[in-house]
Order: sequence, then structure tokens, then C-alpha cells
Amino acid sequence: MNQAQDTRLDWRTAARLGLLGGVVTLYFGAIGMVLTFSVRNLLGTFINVGQILTVAGALAAGYLVGRTFIEAGRRRQVIPMGLLAGFMAGLPPLILVIMGTLFPVNPMFININDELVQLITFGLGPVLGSVALVLLSTVMGLVGAALELMDERPRRALINGVLWVLLLGLFSENAATILEKFIGHAAVRWMFQNKSLNPIAGAVLFIITFGFSFLGSGDRARQKWQSMPPEAQQQWRKYFIVLGLLLALALPWIVGQFLSQVLFIVGLYVMMGMGLNIVVGYAGLLDLGYVAFFAFGAYTMGVLTSPQGPGGGILNFWAALPFSIAVGVLFGVLLGFPVLNMRGDYLAIVTLGFGEIIRVLAYSNWLAPLIGGAQGVLGIPSPSLFGFELGKPEYMYYLVLVGSIIAAFIAARLRDSRLGRQWMAMREDEDVAEAMGINLVQTKLLAFAIGASFSAASGAIFASRLHNIFPNSFGILVSINVLSLIIVGGLGSLPGVVVGAAILVGLPELLREFAEYRLLMYGILLIVMMLVKPEGFWPEAARKRELRGEEEWDEAAAAPSSAE
Amino acid sequence: MKIDLERISWVDIFLWLFRIAAFVLIVVGIYNTLAAGKYTSEQWVTLIFSGLAQGSIYALIALGYTLVYGILLMINFAHGDIYMAGAFTAVFLAEYFAENGFLAAHPFIALTLLALLAGGVSMALAVLVERIAYRPLRNAPRLVPLITAIGASFSIEYTFRGLYGPGFHAYPPVPALSGSVHIGRFEVPTVQIVVLIAAVVLMAGLYFLVERTKIGKAMRAVSENQDVARLMGIDIDWVIVFTFAVGGLLAGVAGVFNGLFRPQGVYFFMGFIPGIKAFTAAVLGGIGNVPGAMVGGILLGIIEALGPNLFLEGLGIPAANQLKDAIAFTVLVLILIFRPQGIFGERLAEKKA
Repeated sequence: MNQAQDTRLDWRTAARLGLLGGVVTLYFGAIGMVLTFSVRNLLGTFINVGQILTVAGALAAGYLVGRTFIEAGRRRQVIPMGLLAGFMAGLPPLILVIMGTLFPVNPMFININDELVQLITFGLGPVLGSVALVLLSTVMGLVGAALELMDERPRRALINGVLWVLLLGLFSENAATILEKFIGHAAVRWMFQNKSLNPIAGAVLFIITFGFSFLGSGDRARQKWQSMPPEAQQQWRKYFIVLGLLLALALPWIVGQFLSQVLFIVGLYVMMGMGLNIVVGYAGLLDLGYVAFFAFGAYTMGVLTSPQGPGGGILNFWAALPFSIAVGVLFGVLLGFPVLNMRGDYLAIVTLGFGEIIRVLAYSNWLAPLIGGAQGVLGIPSPSLFGFELGKPEYMYYLVLVGSIIAAFIAARLRDSRLGRQWMAMREDEDVAEAMGINLVQTKLLAFAIGASFSAASGAIFASRLHNIFPNSFGILVSINVLSLIIVGGLGSLPGVVVGAAILVGLPELLREFAEYRLLMYGILLIVMMLVKPEGFWPEAARKRELRGEEEWDEAAAAPSSAE
Repeated sequence: MKIDLERISWVDIFLWLFRIAAFVLIVVGIYNTLAAGKYTSEQWVTLIFSGLAQGSIYALIALGYTLVYGILLMINFAHGDIYMAGAFTAVFLAEYFAENGFLAAHPFIALTLLALLAGGVSMALAVLVERIAYRPLRNAPRLVPLITAIGASFSIEYTFRGLYGPGFHAYPPVPALSGSVHIGRFEVPTVQIVVLIAAVVLMAGLYFLVERTKIGKAMRAVSENQDVARLMGIDIDWVIVFTFAVGGLLAGVAGVFNGLFRPQGVYFFMGFIPGIKAFTAAVLGGIGNVPGAMVGGILLGIIEALGPNLFLEGLGIPAANQLKDAIAFTVLVLILIFRPQGIFGERLAEKKA
């Protein structure tokens, strides 16, 4: 952390980090995350996500303290300092206990109540439970610090093993539906009980993942990859792409209907992300009203194909799709015009305003004869192909998959084209780009138009899947979702869009309990990403090369988390 | 005289057409409404006063935007949520005061306490946001702090949703403010007058702070040139924290005012729309310009109050009040097209991008 202050590193640093960890726990408790997540069991019925959140602060504090002291070359102090940090981390959550038992704060802080106190004191009563909480925190601080004392290999294996067990426990329901197809109903029933992982199965899983990680099979594969000649790498990359495509095709039949629906939504966001990536990632124009084009696409599709709408269902999905995209492009250009000469941050706010204007108009009675006002557009038919209706999520997934692949292809080709270079030049410095003879007006408008077309196509598919569309599906939150996912994935990076969509859209769909806290997570994630990892999880080649001086970005695929 | 046609691009032509169209639409709308004579002058005055009160609230929030923009050249996107935080916290104290009768017995003290609590919470939050989300990124590319600002905005909203719940909480009615005052032959609700006066007093105080005190001088120096200001011995970090604190304080107090005369209540998302509108007000007056934000806010409040009835109805749009929110954003787009530097002009150093 504070390398400059290493010289005056003492117990105060540890205490401060510990307190910080404790404040994080206090925060999680006060906003109700601990309580909400406690219904999600991880391992048997005795470890749930709420408890993990209660001790995560202490663990992280211990870990940070351990790292700080080891970096300063003071290995002997790590254990006592970890204990201290853990102990300090146990203190702030006691405020929750005190407030929950002594003061009636319920009408104000709705989440600080008896139930929470019960949970974080392990049902031992306020006094004994508080002691237990502090003790547990101290132990966690110790564990966190001790992790840093271990050798690299066993530590990584240990962390991998624990993460695998926790992840499988967390997604036990989804994992169960998938595994059922491979290992049979009885085995799955045994493995996952009470919507969580059976402890024995957890132990087995831990041993397996620990073993694999300890023997370092991942490392060896990476070494082998690096030692290959470039032509062979090229060859293998092609195989991987084909394999990936085959997997993507087979996916809905492996994962079942519910997960296909999730994949469909992820696909919609991938399409939008590809478009916004052009506007923000390539051209550097921060557009916060991106949902407007999604809405244009959806409403155009609805109005033209719904038999109940003013269009009377004159067109089918395939005939209406070009109109949806055309309307998106048209408005992309029209809304792009007034903002052409604005500087970056004004652009953000104005586009945000556009998004809100569109939403207000969609709600209004003024346009209700056309687009239904608050009632929305109802009865939009599913698309059909050669007389075969594509209504089920599995089929719609294919539609959106094709759309995403087309979008990705266009985006990839554009990136390497003259236009792509112009966008990136403009992103780096508008004045210099103009001096180099780039027509800024044309370049900017093309970015808006192409970005809008992807979003409009996505909106059109969205409308035909949902059958009924309402103005409240087109709020600012969609824009923020898309923006967050391209930033988390890595601005300007195409694989990053997929990674970002999977993390930010896919995971919350699987964790329904998250729903309330989804945007909180996004917000925190945006800040943390910008502070710690501004290039994203899967950065664009050029940016990564700038930052690390490397030629290939495929390594990021092998170890997306090791890129600093 | 020969006009150089080469230099007129088609974007300019389009923008001129757009300007003319906007102007014609507004004039036609206003003319139609006035010609129809549907509203009496009493009704217009009522609208103007409610616009004044609403506008003074926008102005108080806008000051936070403009102060921060003047110094850091960044839009503090989370400012609307900082405004929410104070109002949302103080509503519980207001409910408590209403329950035990303190609000009815000593309205002035009670309201002062409410404003202090709301201002304090907003101030603390503004300083915290600056410390966590903006300070470490002060030298990063301009897109970066904007993204953290968006992140901060959503974190604050959903933190408060978690803390106080997703429901609405209405400020209890204050008996002393429930009547109305006669000004000439017009009847104006007392609460609007009180809010307006209090807001003007606060703004005058801020103007005095910026123009006449030492710290105000330091603020102006930092906004002029940070490096030179540092050479003059000004603690830049402290000035920036102070700026955020003042902006937060004004926003929190504005939150209480808003609660007093808008009965629909406060909730975690209430800061979003006023935040954009207040930014519009700041741009309207000229960003970075303190008196500009005040005038811009009040002007925007009036435009918004009159707009639906004055020109949208004249254009034959039904249920024009539904489009009220769209008016403010349209104003934003129009100013940026007609006069991007705002009415009073920007007060920014040369370093602006």
C-alpha cells in the first residue's frame, strides 16, 4: 500500500487496516447484505454467504497486513500484527450488536434488527456472541496474515480449492441442473442438499482442485503455449475458436431452459456492449443515453409487428428488423449532431438527458396513440424461421448468438480498418487527429450511428422475446449496465465485452438474492476498477502493450487475473 | 463582401436549421397559448412563484456542481445523490420532531436543526466521496474520474436504499408554514416564500465566502491555476476538500427545503433527476460561475414551471405536464447549441479542454 511510509510501519498500520476491514463489515451489516445473503447456504446448512461477509473484512485486513509487513521485510511481525488487525476488525461490527439490542433504531435503519444481531452473534446472545465475534475475527485476521507466510504454490492451491468449493456452493442450484445430465439424478441429489453443497462432496472437491492446482497443471499448459512457435499458436487459436463456437452452439441443451434465458439476456447485453464499445471504447465519446437506441429498436419492432399496435402487425420479425436498425441509426445521427462540438463531460450529461427525454416521451400521453404510453406495446409475436417459431429461450439464444457474432465481427473488422484508426486517434487527441486530416464530424457521427445500430438490433430482439414492452424497461439503469460491463471487461476490448457481460449481467441473474444490491455492486466495482485496474479484466491489445510492453494479449486469456 | 462558402460545413447548416426550428416552435407555442387566453394572470403568478421556490433549490444544488467544476474541471456526478443523502437522513428527525410536537411548538429551531443535520450528512458524504473516488485519480485521463463519479452515484443511492429501505418518507407538514401570504392581489404559499428567502440568504452567504474571505480567495486562486496557487503556499488538498464540503452543505440544506414543499416524499433515487437539472442550471448560468449558477437555477425553475402550460400546450400537446422533466433536459441541449458558455459565461482557467 503506502510504500513511501514503510519506514514508519508499526502496529498502528495494522490497527488501522483492521478497523477499515471492520468498518466494511459494519457497512455490509447496516445495509442489510449480511441478512439478505444469509439465506444462501454454501456448505451444508452451517456456512452461508452472510457469515462469509461477516468475516471477509477481517480476513482481507489480515491479508493486507501480512502483505504490507512482508514487503517491508518483517516476517516475524506478521503473525502478531495479523492477530491485532483481526481483533480490531471485530470491533466495529459490535456497533450493530449494540444498536440492535439497546436502541430501537428500526424505523430508521431498517436492517439493524434482532435477526441480524442473532446472525452475527451466532445465536449465543449479545454478550457471549460479541466475544465470539471478536474472537472469530481475530482468528480470521491471523488466517489472512498466515496465508502470506505460506509458499507461493501451496497458497495458490489452497485459495483455488476454497474458491472452487465456495463457487460451487454458491451456484449449487444451477450446477445441479447441469450436472444432472452427466452424472445422474441420485448423485446430484447427494451432492447438493438444502440448496447447498454437501460437506463431504465439498471436501472431495477441495482435495481435487487443491491437488490439480498444487501440481500446477495450469502453469505447465501456459509454459507449453509460450514455447510454441507463432504459426502453431495461430493454428491452435483457430481450433480454440471452432471449439468455442461448438460449445456456444451446444450450450442451451446442456444448461436447460432457465440458464438459456440467462444466456439470452447476456447475449443481448453483449450486442449492446459491442456497440457502446465502439462509441466509448474506440471513439472515446462517453454516451450515457445509450438505452435510447435500445428503446428505438424495441419500439420500432413492437409497433411494426404487433397486431394490436398501430401498425397492425403488417410485418414479421425479419422484415421489421432492418427498420428497427434504420431507426436506430437515424436517431444515432440526429442525437449525435447537437453534441458534435461538446467536450467529453458535457457529452456525458447531455446524452444522459437524451436518454431521460426518450423515457419521458415513451411514458407520455402525447405519443400514446403510437407507442402506447404507460401501457406499452403488447402482443409482439415471436420471430419464426421457415414456419418454425423461435419462441423458446433456447432458440432465441441462437438468434442473439448470431447477432452477437455479427456484431463482434463488424466491431473487430472496424477496429482494424481505417475508420477504427481514426476513432482511436480521435480518442487520444481530437485536435491532433483533426490536424492529421481526420474529418471529426464524419468520424463521430459514424461512431454514434454504428453504435446505435447494434443497440437497436438488440432492442428489436428483446421486444420479440418479451412480447410486451413497457417504458420502464428503458431506464438509465440499462445504460449504466452496459457502460459498467464494457469498463469491467476492458474499454475497447471485444473479448472484454463478453467477459464483462457474463460477470455483470450473467452472475446477478443467477444470484437472485443479489437483485437489490446489484447496482450497489456495479457502483463499487466501477470505482474499484478505476482505482486498481483501469484497463479492465481483459484489456485491449494496444492498451495492454502500452501498460506492460507485451506483444500478445492471449496471455490475458490464460491468466486474466494476473494482469496488473 | 464575399462569404467564404468553403468554411460553412453542413453541420453548421444543420445546427442553424435546428436553432431556427427551436426558436420558431417556442414562439409559436407561446403565441398560441397567450392568444387562447386559457390562464388568468393569477395562475401565471402562482406558477412563477412555485418555479422560483423550486428554482432556488436547483440553484443551491447547482452551486455544488459549479464550485467543483470551477476547481477540478470535473462533473461531480454524485452530487445529486449527496443532496438525497441529507434529505433522506433528516426526514427521520423530522418525523421524530413531528411526533413529539417540537415541530409545531418551535418550528424555527426545529427546521434549523433539520437543515444542520441534512447539511452535515451531505457535507460528510461529499468529503468522503472526494477522498475515495476522486482524489486518487486527480491526474488520470478525464474519462476516469467521470466513471468513478457515476460509480459513486450508484453506490450512494443503493447504500441509502440498504440503510433506510426502498420506501418513500414524506416530510411532516409544518403548521407554521402551511398558510399563504398575500402579495398584492396574489396569494402565495408561505412555504415557497420561506424557501426562497432562506435560499437567497444562503446564496448571499456563499457569495460573500467566495469573494470576500481568505479561503474564498484561495478557492478562486486554485481554480485559476493550481500550480501557481501551490507556489503561493495554498494547500490545494484542503481547498478542494473545503469546496466539496461547502457544495455538500448547500445540497443537504436544499434537500430539506425540497422536502418542505413537495409532499410526495423522499427516497433513495430522488437525487438523480434534480442532479441533472441542477447541472443544467449550472451550465445555463455558465459553469464555474457562482452568480451564474444562482441565476441559472432560478431561471430553470421558472422555465420548468411555466414551460408545459406556456408553450407545450400551445403546440397542441395533450397532458403537457407529463413532459415537465423533458423540458429541463431540452433546455440543456438548447443552451449547449445556442450558447455553450452559458448566460454569464464560463469562469474557467485556460487549461479547460
